[in-house]
Amino acid sequence: MQSFLEIFDIYLLEAMVNGILLGGVLALLALGLNLIFGVIDVTWICYAELVMIGMYGMYYLVSVYHLPYWAAAPLCILLVAGLGAALHAIVIAPLLSAPPINQLLATGGVLFVLQSFATVAFGIEFRNLGIRLPVLALGEMHFSYSRLLAFLAAGIGMITVYLFMTRTFTGTAIRAIAQDRQIMALMGVDTKRIYVVTSAIGGALAGLAACLLVLQYDVHPFVGLSFGPITFLICVLGGLGNFVGGFVAAFVFAEIISLGGLFSDLEWGYVLAFAFFIAMMFVRPGGLLTRRS
Amino acid sequence: MTTMLELRSIDAGYASFQALFGVSLDVRPGEAVGVIGPNGAGKTTLMRVISGLIRPRKGTITMEGTNVLATAPHRIVSLGIAHVPENRRLFPRLTVEDNLKMGAFMPSARAKYDDRLAFVFDLFPRMKERRHQMAGTMSGGEQQMCAIGRALMSDPKLLLLDEPSAGLAPVVVQQVFELVKRIRSGGLTVLIVEQNVQQVLKVVDRAYLLEAGTIRESGTSAEMLASDTIKQAYLGV
Repeated sequence: MQSFLEIFDIYLLEAMVNGILLGGVLALLALGLNLIFGVIDVTWICYAELVMIGMYGMYYLVSVYHLPYWAAAPLCILLVAGLGAALHAIVIAPLLSAPPINQLLATGGVLFVLQSFATVAFGIEFRNLGIRLPVLALGEMHFSYSRLLAFLAAGIGMITVYLFMTRTFTGTAIRAIAQDRQIMALMGVDTKRIYVVTSAIGGALAGLAACLLVLQYDVHPFVGLSFGPITFLICVLGGLGNFVGGFVAAFVFAEIISLGGLFSDLEWGYVLAFAFFIAMMFVRPGGLLTRRS
Repeated sequence: MTTMLELRSIDAGYASFQALFGVSLDVRPGEAVGVIGPNGAGKTTLMRVISGLIRPRKGTITMEGTNVLATAPHRIVSLGIAHVPENRRLFPRLTVEDNLKMGAFMPSARAKYDDRLAFVFDLFPRMKERRHQMAGTMSGGEQQMCAIGRALMSDPKLLLLDEPSAGLAPVVVQQVFELVKRIRSGGLTVLIVEQNVQQVLKVVDRAYLLEAGTIRESGTSAEMLASDTIKQAYLGV
């Protein structure tokens, strides 16, 4: 009886830690989405597809052109940053004053374009980087290095964004524009440029997420469906546009998935997490951290 | 003395109505000029046309000879024009210091950021105390100081003040205008739009009376104070 309880605790602890590790990457994705919504007031429905393109980028750079992973990652981040800026310039900017439904439909269109493009260009086979990172064994617990690396890199990415937003002039302008768009010109801020920079940062975060996800999962044209909806749920759970809320919600969600999967099949973890989300929408529709008005 | 700011025959308005009809005015370097008039006269529209927030339909605006209308709105501040908008328009969830930082966004101001910050904190010691406080949590008077400070961060030549006394208690209004006097003594040129005729005429050299989008009268503040129309309509005499 005693030993059974001990093992139970170990698995619980392992699941909790894995939840935190998973939460790191989800928080990164949520940050990118929240940034775009909070600043430009547009939702990139195709955000997960940007990550998918980044994952293909990593696949080609590493498996086909044989760049080392550490060299390919910065290139991937730059690629998706450019993709984000292009998405804004070509699709979003002309629609800034259009009804929100049009903006949603346009980015939805980009979602299908990217999925179809990937299908035609890369085929539907599952691709893998073929990099197998070892597993860290701490007593009875096992943690994959790829997850640990992902957590660390996501953390560094988010801290970098935080420092950029608080210490630089452009970062402060990005925070300001979300609060009062109209007077930005009075301070010499070109709002169009700020939007492009913000879109590039959102793209860069998606690129970083792509580098981390590609270590753990296979890439195929529809891989975005695996984490796209979850990213949205997390952002809404934390309050759309609320950076801190999204951060907290990502870890809450990841823990529920991880712990829920502990007691039964892995899929039940997701069921519990989505059920939690639905319940929260009744109790706190504005997000986890909003005050009840 | 050459003019610093020159407006000629400005027609301006919004989609549904015209607010300014053939407005012309001058501001000379080192002057303080007031634009007084009732609610809805077009005073705020006038400020916005100068700072580029809206474009006029007709007329010309030059600042030290440069055509303001040919300058992109976000570059007008680099001509030396700083606008303190109506109702302050601080960024409520940024700290005082971040708000001031935004005032120094343009490249030439960034280079002087530390000096300008020291200057503004010297002028407004209370801002220095509250530098890490969220701007939205301050009182109306403090927000007005912060908004003026933010405009001063760009080291402007011309300061546009839109209704600085709006929503403030009389004691605070006094303080704000004392401040304007202090800023002027440093050589700054000021254009103030105000409903509080008594207070503004004490501070400015000249004033224009704007009613229903046109300039009805203009003159030195002494002349305006003595004018019958103004006495009856605005000073309750």
